[in-house]
Amino acid sequence: MSRIVERFNTLRKQGQKGFIAYIGAGDPHLEATRQFALAFDQAGVDVLELGVPFSDPLADGLVNQLAAQRGLNSGTTPPKLLATIAAIRRDSQIPIVLYIYFNLLHRVGMDHFIRNAAEAGVDGILVLDLPPEESGSYEKLMTDAGLSPIYLIAPTTPDDRIAIIAPRGMGFLYYISREGVTGMQQKVAANIDTMTARIREHSALPIAVGFGISNPEQARAVAASADAIVVGSAIVNQIAAIGNADDLVPRVTAFVKELVNAVKPTRS
Amino acid sequence: MGVSVVASEQLPDAQGRFGPYGGRFVPETLMHPLMELEAEYFRAQHDPEFQRELSYYLREFVGRPTPLYFAERLTRELGGAKIFLKREDLLHTGAHKINNAMGQILLAKRMGKTRIIAETGAGQHGVATATVAAMFGLKCVIYMGAVDCERQALNVYRMKMLGAEVVPVHAGQKTLKEAVNEAMRDWVTNVRSTHYILGTAYGAHPYPVMVRNFQRIIGDEARAQILEQEKRLPDLLIACVGGGSNAIGLFYPFLNDATVKMIGVEAGGEGILPEKHAARFHGGSLGVLQGTRSYILQDEHGQIQSTHSVSAGLDYAAVGPEHAWLHDQKRVEYSYATDDAALAAFQKLARLEGIIPALESSHAVAEAIVRVPKMGRDQLVIVNLSGRGDKDVAQVAARIKL
Repeated sequence: MSRIVERFNTLRKQGQKGFIAYIGAGDPHLEATRQFALAFDQAGVDVLELGVPFSDPLADGLVNQLAAQRGLNSGTTPPKLLATIAAIRRDSQIPIVLYIYFNLLHRVGMDHFIRNAAEAGVDGILVLDLPPEESGSYEKLMTDAGLSPIYLIAPTTPDDRIAIIAPRGMGFLYYISREGVTGMQQKVAANIDTMTARIREHSALPIAVGFGISNPEQARAVAASADAIVVGSAIVNQIAAIGNADDLVPRVTAFVKELVNAVKPTRS
Repeated sequence: MGVSVVASEQLPDAQGRFGPYGGRFVPETLMHPLMELEAEYFRAQHDPEFQRELSYYLREFVGRPTPLYFAERLTRELGGAKIFLKREDLLHTGAHKINNAMGQILLAKRMGKTRIIAETGAGQHGVATATVAAMFGLKCVIYMGAVDCERQALNVYRMKMLGAEVVPVHAGQKTLKEAVNEAMRDWVTNVRSTHYILGTAYGAHPYPVMVRNFQRIIGDEARAQILEQEKRLPDLLIACVGGGSNAIGLFYPFLNDATVKMIGVEAGGEGILPEKHAARFHGGSLGVLQGTRSYILQDEHGQIQSTHSVSAGLDYAAVGPEHAWLHDQKRVEYSYATDDAALAAFQKLARLEGIIPALESSHAVAEAIVRVPKMGRDQLVIVNLSGRGDKDVAQVAARIKL
């Protein structure tokens, strides 16, 4: 069974909500990425989402754009990132999802990329700019390799599209809680529970909700109507603020742990 | 060639594909809005009232039709085929961009949108969009790379005077590609109220087909004009290709005319070396960028490469998907002109014909300077003069001795 499915099964049995942490890979360097993965695993993060640096991240807000730039500047390429994930796998079974723009798969060939990702120990891939209509052989290649294709559903997605997208997803579905790019928000969107209810009519998969969650109060609020929450920019912002310092990993992990505790109230 | 040319009339297909090119590679938030835009565009296209309104504004406000002008002195100087200039530079706001901006703003009005955004490179599309937004009283925001804001400063002032907000984009190489990224980010955020007037035959379906159809008036007019003036079809069409809207606008109505050859001219910059040019058919490869699949300039991992051109409007890492298809069909030949060749053509046209062309259009003139002398005196060439060069005067003055 895939690590993602296994994790969500466990969460469901325990009556717990999941916590998904996003960071930019190679920010500030790949060794930090490896240490983050291990530390986040210890801190109770359920899924690690790694943004693969791309030159033109058009779905990302400024915080994640700058992280992608730092990732590129540290020489992070997809092959080097996969080597880092293979190294993480020696010490941790934390489910790992790549958050990626399609050209990086397209350039080297989807089959090649997916096979290498599976070998390295990746569990799922979320391609930002690959809607089901364009996915071609992507889903078959993914399932053949044992990887979960993670699909996005947006506030602008009507019911007939949810019906197309939801059955294609595996592992979990990712609901973008507001129209816009990634980034922190003062307020989270109001109608999340209506939307998650609509999605549940089409799929039994766990629903992760993200985009704009930046503090424990928001995390708690969103977790009420989701199976898991995703926090990205708020963590990336901490990495940016602390920079390449000796205590980077423990300080960011302390921040992450607060968010994890907000959605897992029974944890100490 | 006959078969492929006929097929072109049926493209793109329902998925917005031109053979392996095109499509719709965007974040989910934009999928449904793009489908709504597509449906509304095809309704408008077949609505006589919409077409009547568009024709009215193109004639009375934009200044169509534009002349097909026989460039007598340039023809004599080059000593080959007769050269005709399609004078899109004479349009209101100074370039072909307003053909598309006018069409799209009428569409935006139909859809009840209250806010308009656009990207711009050289600033001509930004000025055209700011103009039509002012005309219809819609709020307008233009994204422009910070480097382009500097090298096309005149157009920044024009957009502001027209009431648009101009947002300089500081990411990456600070040119057209980054302006498109930023416009897409805005659109994802404000898609319910906002229409994105994309300025070239690029991006997710339906933009490439929609922009082509709004620009094909260039070729429709040119075809009728040359038949009237010379009683026959031209032998060669030449147009510059950035995203490719002026070129596809000129070429499209001639695609079924098997005797008409076509050349699209890309930006050769400082020569075909990595990051020194924007000639996607000379160093590019198949990729997916900003919503569509086409030829793009990228590295081995799929990171988009930097580009260079003296002309901001051609300084872009990807080319429209229909051009990619026409390239592969060998229906259109794609060449390039370097910065130096374009600058020389700019000066030659100014001195011989009394016309100062845009640096973008100067690339097409440069190609004519190479090709025409090798052609017979009984042959006919149409060069698309897609824009005027007023915006480029300061930049060129800094590079040449006056």
